[in-house]
Amino acid sequence: MKEMFRIHDKKCEKVTEKVRAGLGQRFLSLSLLAYDMVGLTLSPESLLETAEYLRDTPGLEFQFLSCLSGVDRQDRLEVVYHLHSLTAGVSLQLTVSLPNDRPEVDSVTSIWPGANWYEREAYDMYGIVFRGHPNLTRILTDDEFVGHPLRKSYWTEGGLV
Amino acid sequence: MDVIAQMIERSKEPNIVLVKAEELFSWARSRSLWPLTYGLACCAIEMMAAGNPPYDMGRFGWELFRPSPRQADVMIVAGTISKKMAPRLQRLYDQMAEPKWVIAMGACATSGGEFWDSYYTVMGADTLVPVDVYIPGCPPRPEALIEGLLKLRDKIAQQTLSGINRS
Repeated sequence: MKEMFRIHDKKCEKVTEKVRAGLGQRFLSLSLLAYDMVGLTLSPESLLETAEYLRDTPGLEFQFLSCLSGVDRQDRLEVVYHLHSLTAGVSLQLTVSLPNDRPEVDSVTSIWPGANWYEREAYDMYGIVFRGHPNLTRILTDDEFVGHPLRKSYWTEGGLV
Repeated sequence: MDVIAQMIERSKEPNIVLVKAEELFSWARSRSLWPLTYGLACCAIEMMAAGNPPYDMGRFGWELFRPSPRQADVMIVAGTISKKMAPRLQRLYDQMAEPKWVIAMGACATSGGEFWDSYYTVMGADTLVPVDVYIPGCPPRPEALIEGLLKLRDKIAQQTLSGINRS
């Protein structure tokens, strides 16, 4: 059992080292979240090039974006990406923090096309604007809906009911 | 209703039975309602289950679910109504031909259910359309749906030809 765990640890270590080497100083933090999940936080400016690096580098090949969601942390908004590498067998949780007043970040649909509807949902529910998105419109609520419901401030802003 | 019982009694020997057309048609109507397939959420699963053995809505004449509102008599609102769905629900109700009835199945259709405080739920089908029978539950068991169905059946058998309550 312990043998197996150590083997798992190594696969994350390889990925962590490659990411650290490739990004240099352009990330905020890099950590181990689980035996098969690496955690990476970035500033919004370096998102696109980091994403391309993660997807295309042999040995990393994070080609599967399984989830993209917004988080409201009171003082800031976050976008969390869950990436998976089928060749390395490792997952990566990528977090980007955005300011409350102007939550804008680049869209990753050019890198992972599956992010399309996820970004629309994050826009609908949190008001996060994804620059370069092919069709950034509301997806869950109707088009005339006012407000961004999953923000903590929705109910005090004068939201509905 | 006892007129029908008399009919059944008297049919044991050759005879003539007199009954009001109103009672006869209402009785027949209540025994063969065609529901509209309007499962919106989880209650739809229980609605489907109620059509299967061993619960079997078919033995009450309710087997024939119609996808088109033009051909349906009763709209079973089974599930949560989101604000996006609200105008569609009203349109489908308007498209049904008279006489028509509505069953609100489950907590969400009755009053908004567990989502009563949500940003996008309609607090009950009766804010949009007139409801005849409410079935509480989350979801109500198929037997509960059949009980609501039986209550609607009794209600319809008491109505006039155009579907208005007699008493």
